[in-house]
Amino acid sequence: MEVLSDHNWVLSVGTFLPLVGVLIMLFIPKGEEALNKAVGLGTAVATLAVGIFTMIQFDYGKAGEMQFVAQTEWISVIKSSYLIGVDGISLPLYFLSMVITVLVMIYSWDHVPSPGNPKAFFILMLVLQTGMAGTFIARDLILFFVFFELVLLPMYFMIGVWGGENRQYASLKFFLYTMFGSALMLVAFLALFFKTGAESFSIPYLVENGGAIAKNVQVWIFAGMFVGFAVKVPMFPFHTWLPDAHTQAPTQGSVILAAILLKLGTYGFVRIAIPILPEAAKEWAPWIGLLSVIGIIYGALGCLAQTDMKRLIAFSSVAHMGFVMLGISTLTPFGLNAAMFGMVAHGLITGMLFFLAGSVKERYHTLEIKRLSGMLKQMPRLGWILGFCAMASLGLPGLAGFWGEFPAILSAYQPADGLPVETFRTFMVVAALGTVLAAGYLLWLYQRTAFGEPTAEFAPGHGHDEDIHDVGTFEWIAWTPLLVAIVVFGVYPQLMFKVLDPAVKVALKAFGS
Amino acid sequence: MLNALLAAGWSAPVVDYHAIAPEMVLAGGLVLLLLLDLFLSDAKKWVLTPVASFTLLGAFIPVLTVALGTEGARSMFDGRYVVDDFSLVLKALFLLAGYVVVLISADHIREGNYYEGEYWFLLLTSILGMVMMASSRDLVSIFVALEFLSIPAYMMAAWRKRDPKSNEAGIKYYLLGVFASAVMLYGMSLLYGISGSTKLTDIGTALGENLTSIRALAVLFVVVGFAFKVSAVPFHTWAPDTYEGAPTPVTAFLSVASKAAGFVALVTVVFVAVPGSHEVWQPVFWILSALTMTVGNVMALRQTNIVRMLAYSSVAQGGFILMPLAVAGIEGVQQAALRSVVTYLLLYAATNLGVFGIVIAVARKTRSGEISSYGGLFGYAPGLAALMTIFMASLAGIPPLGGWFGKFTAFQALISAGTNWSYALAVVGAVNSVVAFGYYGNVLREMWMKPAPHGDTSPVKVPSAIGVALAITGGSTLVLGVLPGLVIHFGDLAGLTGALGG
Repeated sequence: MEVLSDHNWVLSVGTFLPLVGVLIMLFIPKGEEALNKAVGLGTAVATLAVGIFTMIQFDYGKAGEMQFVAQTEWISVIKSSYLIGVDGISLPLYFLSMVITVLVMIYSWDHVPSPGNPKAFFILMLVLQTGMAGTFIARDLILFFVFFELVLLPMYFMIGVWGGENRQYASLKFFLYTMFGSALMLVAFLALFFKTGAESFSIPYLVENGGAIAKNVQVWIFAGMFVGFAVKVPMFPFHTWLPDAHTQAPTQGSVILAAILLKLGTYGFVRIAIPILPEAAKEWAPWIGLLSVIGIIYGALGCLAQTDMKRLIAFSSVAHMGFVMLGISTLTPFGLNAAMFGMVAHGLITGMLFFLAGSVKERYHTLEIKRLSGMLKQMPRLGWILGFCAMASLGLPGLAGFWGEFPAILSAYQPADGLPVETFRTFMVVAALGTVLAAGYLLWLYQRTAFGEPTAEFAPGHGHDEDIHDVGTFEWIAWTPLLVAIVVFGVYPQLMFKVLDPAVKVALKAFGS
Repeated sequence: MLNALLAAGWSAPVVDYHAIAPEMVLAGGLVLLLLLDLFLSDAKKWVLTPVASFTLLGAFIPVLTVALGTEGARSMFDGRYVVDDFSLVLKALFLLAGYVVVLISADHIREGNYYEGEYWFLLLTSILGMVMMASSRDLVSIFVALEFLSIPAYMMAAWRKRDPKSNEAGIKYYLLGVFASAVMLYGMSLLYGISGSTKLTDIGTALGENLTSIRALAVLFVVVGFAFKVSAVPFHTWAPDTYEGAPTPVTAFLSVASKAAGFVALVTVVFVAVPGSHEVWQPVFWILSALTMTVGNVMALRQTNIVRMLAYSSVAQGGFILMPLAVAGIEGVQQAALRSVVTYLLLYAATNLGVFGIVIAVARKTRSGEISSYGGLFGYAPGLAALMTIFMASLAGIPPLGGWFGKFTAFQALISAGTNWSYALAVVGAVNSVVAFGYYGNVLREMWMKPAPHGDTSPVKVPSAIGVALAITGGSTLVLGVLPGLVIHFGDLAGLTGALGG
């Protein structure tokens, strides 16, 4: 593979820099809270700087090719190497993970959840950052697997230690589901390795040779990967860990989970499962499409039934990731572009919604929808931001959410050659109904929480409103970039599509597009 | 008869002193320990600890020099005692594991006012047996090495002689161990009867691929004998009681070094003496492996005592080590299977010794073996808790910590076989590796998410020896997880078979 740039150190530095911060923090006493936070945030900002440098150096004219490629021996006995690179598909997610980490750390500056201990909390976030970034740059299956798993433990502890009342159950459930998926995924990776001649785990090699595997074998290998990725997305019926994990996780955990971790699954489909096993992908596509639309409707109905604001947002994730998976299941450039855009948009919007839920919880000490009311009166700015994000989330044109959802639905009208057209058009209709439900549950949520008068218990002068104040400084700093990005990508989506499109076309080469 | 022997003349065998230097250093250290123990007053008995540890490190030096030499495999006594890469790696493992055991035992044994001299003497004897085991390529020397390493271990298990539980541990271990030896010996006698030789390579040639019921019986008996030693289900029943009753450092030694020695003997016999009978042993290993990991896991889930939990965990880990043997007879898989067993043993040793180091350190403060006594550890001893997290995650097989690579190689060997049975076992293994997190995660949950019992958050004082042991084991668990290439090339079959001709 041609090396397009001399800067092939940037990805490794961008990925492993957080671990340097971890090393430094290990030597800072726990009591020095401010110093610990400063080193953590400083490391994240430095990592983001490397990320920005990567964005600047990236050759956008060749977004379809791997750039900053670096390769060196790693575990040569099992023919796995340290092979990394980014293209138009991975770059937005890679960069998003860095941005989210910085914003979450800023937010954590005065929002370290109980029981405190910012040192451990910041260390876990930095380890998470390495795992997330590494997953998006890995071009070798074993390397991918290691990074994919690296995020498990930090998130487990984040939910289990800093989470809500039911945190232990939620963290274990999250862990077991994901681990089960990745165990089968690893078996599938190994089968893939041996079926392609036991030559290499490198993804480019497997993309070239995977198509030659007999179709019935492909279908089985795809099944193993499917379970691994679908649990992470999560797709119906593997989604049951998600509402628990999101509800119990601390705000920061929810934001990272929604914004990045869920994307590891969809990214796996786009980067690994579909390009390597095109025949199996075609076999599976209608089923993936079916599960996606079930997820859309089920998630939306689940939202309507929720009484807890955070749990509602969690269920909306199931629905939104359904749109993303529907786009992927069409196996067309159009659908995949929509899906990739949807991933980033969902990361921005739902991440923002979880931030808001965390701030509401901090002010009202509850997220029960029927006890919240009149936010626009008590905290107009926060109320408006919530309204803005609800609009973005339901797919209002002009905001980022629209460009993930609408093209995904549209793409189902004309799936790739060889896929059952009528089936996908049915999916399209059902998914379109899902957007109506989405508007329903989001507007209903907004109406119940933001409009009207504050409920009696939180009304001024009743003693329960001492924590209720409008958006604070750290919140402004953490949120503004996300809000700006939602508008910018909503108004000018081409900004991202032009990066995605060439890479998406390369990924779908096997489908003749 | 005697005349005929005398007439044949006798020439002394050529002994490669460099190659057996580790054994000789150990033997010398043993004698020194015994003499010192005899003449030293109680107040000066502390000298014995450094003597024991320096003996082990001293024995490690010739292992290194032989390994760095370019002579390849060295064969002695008519090919019945071979020093090749395979045996060198395992010797290194036994010596280093022994050294770590010395480190974690030192304070435990001294404070318990036990018989220090005898303890070190027995420990080193057992390690000598293991080191011999790694080189043995003959039924007789394998059996001698096995008894050499087992008999001191029986006594060490019963070390706390006024504690009924410790006595029970020793007796159970002894009775079942002897029973296993008898079964194995019977199988060995059949092998000798069929082939007319005790040398493994000769047996391998004589047996060939032909299968008769008597051969199948011989192979089965030998395998079952070793299954006791490596505590494979359903021959594992001694393990939990022995592990719980024995002093904790001894348990660490049994669950790591003793188990590894059993596996070493098992793979040597299977790969060199009876490779042709794979139609017999492959299904046996398949069943043993699936049963061992499943039963070990399910039982471990129910435990509330950490040492008992670790006992069942070690049973379950044994199931993973057995996994590749279920396909090791298939052409082209042998090397991957052998490599997997050796790699797994190395990584497992590093991790599991570390776990016991922590258990000993924490128990010094809490005086409890309950898993619930780890509550709040992350709050008052974050370093220990972080290390324990690394070890538990490694045992659970979560990258990038050592253990994942052992599991990976086992899966790799299985799937390279590409049969339906191998895929089935791989899926059983995958499901089990998830179940295992149930109990490893339980310890993590206690440490990170539960409050300290009785609100006792006084710090844990870690003796410096245990600190060193934790640094060694923790460091290797991390480094080998990220760069597993450092260990994997040691387990090549070329090492094992290359010596067979010589």
